[in-house]
Amino acid sequence: MPTIVVEVMPKAVLLDPQGKAVTGALHRLGNTTVSEVRIGKRFELTVDEVTDELLAEVQTYADEMFSNSVIEDVVSITVADEVTA
Amino acid sequence: MRVGVITFPGSLDDRDAQRAVRLAGAEPVALWHGDHDLHGVDALILPGGFSYGDYLRCGAIAAHSPIMAEVIDAANSGMPVLGICNGFQMLAEAHLLAGGLIRNDHGNFICRDQGLRVENTSTAWTNEFAANAEITIPLKNGEGGFVADPDTIARLEGEGQVVFRYLGVNPNGSINDIAGITNERGNVVGLMPHPEHAVEAGFGPDTAAAMRSGVDGLAIFTSAIRALAAV
Repeated sequence: MPTIVVEVMPKAVLLDPQGKAVTGALHRLGNTTVSEVRIGKRFELTVDEVTDELLAEVQTYADEMFSNSVIEDVVSITVADEVTA
Repeated sequence: MRVGVITFPGSLDDRDAQRAVRLAGAEPVALWHGDHDLHGVDALILPGGFSYGDYLRCGAIAAHSPIMAEVIDAANSGMPVLGICNGFQMLAEAHLLAGGLIRNDHGNFICRDQGLRVENTSTAWTNEFAANAEITIPLKNGEGGFVADPDTIARLEGEGQVVFRYLGVNPNGSINDIAGITNERGNVVGLMPHPEHAVEAGFGPDTAAAMRSGVDGLAIFTSAIRALAAV
């Protein structure tokens, strides 16, 4: 079944404390090449079929529930035939 | 005077908020997130806790609860609404208050007695404080960092909508040490610290006078009663 994938990231201008903690952990492991890690969210919506109407609906969900526009940005909404994780 | 306290799945401080309302001299009314009924209350409190396990974002799922439709209508019609900690996060997620709350900048959960300055004493929840009163009430959160874009911060500061500011130490990285804000009308107030845990001697923060004697939070609840009496 097709899957609609929504990706949300914390706004670039805001501190991402989770990402900062992971950056610190990488550096403690000896990594010297990664200067920053930022952590976002990925939503996978399994649907029967993808229609323009549904995509518009998902855009609304992405804007109003999956993300908070004060602190996050919806970076992409894509359709995958099958998600292989 | 009846003050509703809404219980959400994962609310922790609903009973404490009800008790604070009673100690302040009003009648607490327990409300349920899944109802579309405010039971005719005169004011509302969204209590602290970890609604829906803080999944998605703190307060985000609760902000879409059935009862929030009535809360938003009531807030827009001028009813006093107070959000404490997780309740503040819900009010921000419901866009009844500006800005958002993110994980503390240092990554740690903080639990401490926190000094605050009350910078706006004309809101429905702060009218019983003296101007610039300095108070101490408990603070306990992992995601209390208040953020907003620079224009919003300038507007909040310029319009006097910053109600509480952290004193001494900024415990979570909040912009401009902001601990609590109000809406333009002054009826909706949200703050991260917990006034309901500083309402009865013996159970509050330590003071110079005696251990656990701090009751600085009580005036927040008596303020709402006064605001309602003045209507």
